[in-house]
Amino acid sequence: MWPASWIGLAALVLALLVQPPTALADDARTKALFHELRCVVCQNQSIAESDADVAKDLREIVREQIGAGKTDSQIKTFLVDRYGEFILLKPVLSWHTALLWLAPGLFLIFAFLLLIRRFSSRSVAVDDRLNAQEEQELKSLLKEKP
Amino acid sequence: MTVELGHMALILAFALAIAQSILPVLGAARGDSRLMATGDVSSVGICLFIGISFAALVWAYATSDFSVVNVWQNSHSLKPMLFKITGTWGNHEGSMLLWVLILAVFAAAVSVFGKSLPEKLRANVQGVQGWMLATFLLFILLTSNPFLRQVAPMEGQDLNPILQDIGLAIHPPMLYLGYVGFSITFAFAIAALMEGRLDAAWARWVRPWALAAWLFLTAGISMGSYWAYYELGWGGWWFWDPVENASLLPWLSGTALLHSALVMEKRDALKIWTVLLAILTFSLSLLGTFLVRSGVLTSVHTFATDPSRGLFILAILALFVGGALFLFVLRANSLQAGGLFAPVSREGALVLNNILLSTAAATVLVGTLYPVLYEAVTSALSPTGEGAKISVGPPFFNLTFGPLMIPLLLAMPLGPLLAWKRGDLLGVAQRLMFVLGAAILAIILAYGFIEGGPILAPLGIGLAVWLILGSLAELWARANFAKTGLSVGLRRLAGLPKTAWSTAGAHLGVGVMLLGIVMVTAYETETVATLKPGESVKINSYEVRFDGLVPANGSNFTGQGANLAILRNGVEVDRALPSKRFYPARQMPTTEAAINAFGPSHLYISVGDVLQDGSVALRIWWKPWVTLIWFGTIIMVLAGFYSLSDRRLRIGLPQQARKPTKADAHAV
Repeated sequence: MWPASWIGLAALVLALLVQPPTALADDARTKALFHELRCVVCQNQSIAESDADVAKDLREIVREQIGAGKTDSQIKTFLVDRYGEFILLKPVLSWHTALLWLAPGLFLIFAFLLLIRRFSSRSVAVDDRLNAQEEQELKSLLKEKP
Repeated sequence: MTVELGHMALILAFALAIAQSILPVLGAARGDSRLMATGDVSSVGICLFIGISFAALVWAYATSDFSVVNVWQNSHSLKPMLFKITGTWGNHEGSMLLWVLILAVFAAAVSVFGKSLPEKLRANVQGVQGWMLATFLLFILLTSNPFLRQVAPMEGQDLNPILQDIGLAIHPPMLYLGYVGFSITFAFAIAALMEGRLDAAWARWVRPWALAAWLFLTAGISMGSYWAYYELGWGGWWFWDPVENASLLPWLSGTALLHSALVMEKRDALKIWTVLLAILTFSLSLLGTFLVRSGVLTSVHTFATDPSRGLFILAILALFVGGALFLFVLRANSLQAGGLFAPVSREGALVLNNILLSTAAATVLVGTLYPVLYEAVTSALSPTGEGAKISVGPPFFNLTFGPLMIPLLLAMPLGPLLAWKRGDLLGVAQRLMFVLGAAILAIILAYGFIEGGPILAPLGIGLAVWLILGSLAELWARANFAKTGLSVGLRRLAGLPKTAWSTAGAHLGVGVMLLGIVMVTAYETETVATLKPGESVKINSYEVRFDGLVPANGSNFTGQGANLAILRNGVEVDRALPSKRFYPARQMPTTEAAINAFGPSHLYISVGDVLQDGSVALRIWWKPWVTLIWFGTIIMVLAGFYSLSDRRLRIGLPQQARKPTKADAHAV
C-alpha cells in the first residue's frame, strides 16, 4: 500500500519542483510549455534550448496560441496534428504508451512482492547447526591457535 | 611503417586473445596448473600489443598522416597538438581501440595484482576476459579498423568542433575506465558461476574492482555533464539524452552492486542478487557503449554510425548478455543462500537501496529504448513499413526517476546507522533528531528568505540538508563527543575504519549535489537582451555591459566575441568574452559561452545573433549554486578513492606473513 501512495505524493512533489505552478505568471507557463516540446529537427533538444529556426518558429506559435487564450492541451493537440506525437517530449498517457508509463510501478511492485515472498518463506526456524564441512573448517581453525 | 606495425600488433593481440580464451579455462577444468598459468603471460602480452597498436595510431594523429583514412577523416594539420592527440579517440574506430586497450589493461591488472586469488578462479576470470578481448579485437579488425590506408590527400577533414576541447581528453577515457572496469566484476561473476562457488571471499575480491570502476564512471559522467554544460551553450547540465542515459544505467546498477557486495562480504547474504547485478552492470555498460554505435539511437554522441556494424554489435550483445544470463539461470539455484536478517536492519536498508536503484535503472532503460522499439513494432505492423515516432524526453524522466530517488534519499542517512541483522529504527530515529531539526529549520529559513521559485523547492533544500548532516551522523555517533569529550572523540574519529569515512563522504557528496540541483533548477533566471555597444542589462545584483565586438580567431577557426564587462554596484568585477566560432573545414558554427563564477554560482552568457547596427543578442543565465552539482560528485569520487586505499581491500598485496610467536612454537 505505502509504495503506491508514496509514488503519488513524490510525483506531485517532483511535478511541482520541476514545473513552477502556472498561476505564477504567464511567462513561466510559456517557458514550462517550451520545455515539453521537442525541436523536431534537432538531435535531442526542447524548443526552450534550441537556437534552430524551427525552434524559433515553434516558440512563436506557442506564444501566439497562448495569446489567443488556448489551454496547454489545446496547444499540444494543435502541434501534434501538425508535427505528430514526436513533438511531445512528455509522451501522452494512452494504450500505446501504457507500458512505458506503468513500467516503473510494475517493476517496483514486482520487486516488493519478491521481497515479501523471501521474508515470509525464510522466517521459518533457522538451521544454525554446522554441516560436516564447516565442522572440519572449525577444527582446522582451532588447531592454528592453541 | 609505424601504422603497419600498429595493425600487426593488433592482429598478434587477437591471436594471443584466442589462446587466452581457451588455455586457462581448459587448465581450470583439468586442474592443470601449467595451462592455467598461461593466462598470466598472455594477458600481459595482449596488453603490450594493444598498447603498441594504440601508440601507433596516436603517432599517426600527432604527425597528421593523412594516408591513414581514419586520421584524414577526423584530423586537420592546423589543429592544436592536444586536440590532434585527443582526436585519436574522438571517432568510432579510435574510441573502440581505446576501449579494448582499457579492457586489456584491466585483464593484465588481474594477472599482476591477483596473485593471491585462488588459482582456478583466476584462470576462469582470465578465460572470460580472453573471450571478451578476442571478440572485440575481431570486431575492430573486421568492421572498425583504424589502420586502413589510402593515397594521401593534402588536408584532413578536421574533427567535429564540439569535440575540440579539453573535455575530450578526460571524459571518454574516464567513462571507459568505468564501463570497462565492470568487465572485471562480470568476469568474476561468470567464473564463479562456472565453478559453482560463491562466498564472502569472492565479494571481498570483487568489491574493490567494482568500487574502482564505479568511481571512474562517476567521474566520467560528472565530467561529461560539466563539458556539455559549458560547451553546448545553453547551460543545461543533464539532458536525459539517450547516450547520457546509457552511461547512467551502469552507474545505477553499479551503485546497487557496490551496496549489495557489501552485504555479501559482511553477512554472506544476497549472493545470487550480487552476481546478477555484476552481470547486469557490465551488460548495461556494453549496451551503453554499443547501442550508441549501432545507430538506432539519435543523439549528439552518435558519430560514424554504419549499419554493417549494427548486426555484429547485436550479435556481441546477444552472445555476452544472453550467454551470461543463461549461465546464471542454470547455476543460480545451486548457489547456497547465506545469512538471514530482519526487514529492519542494515541489510534491509541496503535491499531497499537496491530495489529503488534497480527500479530507477529499469525506468531509464525502458524510457530510452521505448521510442526505438515502438517505431520498430509499428513499422512491422504497418502496410507501408513506416513506423510511428514518439519522443520520451526530460519531462518523462523527471516525473518517473525523480519520485524513485526521493525515498532513496530520505532513507540514506538511516542505513549506515542501523545495525546488521536486526536494527532498531526508533533508536536510529532518536539519533537523527538533531539532523531532522536542522532540515526543518532549513526549510523554514528557505521559505522565509528566498523569494520566488517553485513552492516546494524549500522542501528540496531541506532534503539536501537532511542528507548532508545525516551522512555525518554516523561519524558523530561513533566519536561520541558528548560522553567522551573533545580529545577522546577526535581520537576515536581518527581511529574509525576507512569505510565509515568513505560511506559518510559519498553520501555527503550526494547531498551536496542535490543541493546544487535543487538551487539551480528552482531559482535560475534567464534573461534575453539585445544590447548596443555601451548599453547594459541588470541580472540579479550584477550588471552586464556590452563594450563592442572583437575578433576571436584560432588556428583552425574564425570567430567573433562580445566584449563584456560585469559590474556590481557600478564597479567592474569581471570581464567576459562569449563568442561564436566558425570552423571552415567542417562548415560548422559553434557557440562558446562565457562562464563567470561568483562563489558557487555562475553567470552564464552566450551570444546569439549579431545585428546590422552592431548590437548583439545575449542570453544570460544566473545559475545559483550550480557548481555544487559537480563539487558533490568530486566528493563522491574522493570518498571512493579513500575507501580504495583501505589496506583490507588491497587484494594485490601479498598476504602479510604472520610473525611466528611463542604460541606457534608451542602449537608445533
